[in-house]
Amino acid sequence: MADATRSLTDLFGMLGPRRVADGGSVADSAAPISDAAYPSKALHKFLTGLQSTANPVLLDLGPVVGSNVTFFGEQLGCRIRVEDIASDIDRHVKAGTIDGLAGFFAARFTQAPGTVDGILCWDVLDYLDRPAAQALATSLCRLLRPEGCLLGFFSTADSKDQVYTKYVVVDESTLRYRTYPALRPRQRSLLNGDVIKLFKELRVTDSFLMKSKLREMLFRKPAPR
Amino acid sequence: MNIGKSVIIKGELSGSEDLTIEGHVEGRIDLKDNVLTIGPNGKIKAEVFAKAVIVLGEVTGNVTASEKVDIRDNGSVDGDIASPRVAIAEGAHFRGSVDMQRSGAKPAAAKPATPGAPATQQSQQQGGQQPQGQRVGA
Repeated sequence: MADATRSLTDLFGMLGPRRVADGGSVADSAAPISDAAYPSKALHKFLTGLQSTANPVLLDLGPVVGSNVTFFGEQLGCRIRVEDIASDIDRHVKAGTIDGLAGFFAARFTQAPGTVDGILCWDVLDYLDRPAAQALATSLCRLLRPEGCLLGFFSTADSKDQVYTKYVVVDESTLRYRTYPALRPRQRSLLNGDVIKLFKELRVTDSFLMKSKLREMLFRKPAPR
Repeated sequence: MNIGKSVIIKGELSGSEDLTIEGHVEGRIDLKDNVLTIGPNGKIKAEVFAKAVIVLGEVTGNVTASEKVDIRDNGSVDGDIASPRVAIAEGAHFRGSVDMQRSGAKPAAAKPATPGAPATQQSQQQGGQQPQGQRVGA
């Protein structure tokens, strides 16, 4: 009986996300609505792509996750800059200027072109309408140095839940998805072709459809001929 | 050594002992061989250099530590951090960049093939399982 129970538990463990016990307290604004760990295939490849670069420069478009900063710093010995795009979106929603996001993203980043080795885009493009997504993608392509990598996540299922997700790195093949309140739901999910058009200056090197209904995509900027 | 809540310092602060600041400091703080703690009431607008920096209050300015920077819950840093070890607690505020550059960069020998082939050969796998041989998405 015990064996049968264990087998069922194992089976459910394989089918669904691993619930992660988390007794730690978090700030009110970041109170998790859900917190589960999922496998990642592209993160490992993203790290691999940067390991050949000494002291790479990394741009993280998610909210600050202290353990991620530590992880990437220790793995890559990198300089990491966190630019929380979700807070930009919320600020524009609050101010009623969401239609101005495209113009905002066109001038959002102060870094010189071609100076960033890796970009953690996570799923921020899912929260943008087409013009804003294109403006952000164009800015990111400009920042990325030739041979640089960009990691993006794209939902394959439409959802009106008003939550953002913090992707907390557990290890190089596991991410914890920790949701927190957002002022805007995901917009229409992007098809593969839409994503490729957004990043037309980059080359898709890997694309994984995960059981979490996220498509993990890794891009690389081609070297100039 | 403590700098109390009611103390305001403008200028350069340096020393050779550990220091806790609960007051306001503007300018530059230089404690290269010692630990600087910015207490919950501390407000710093300064370039900070120390062996280790523990932030429970507010810092505006760049922070450089030879050992570690630790931003605790409710601590806030608005500026760039350079240190081999950085810890940012959940609930802390941070805006800027973190430079954890190692003195000797990791050798590139362990690197496998660069991520992937061209788009026409992209690997498209289902949930970490074996390749399914089907197009994903569109």
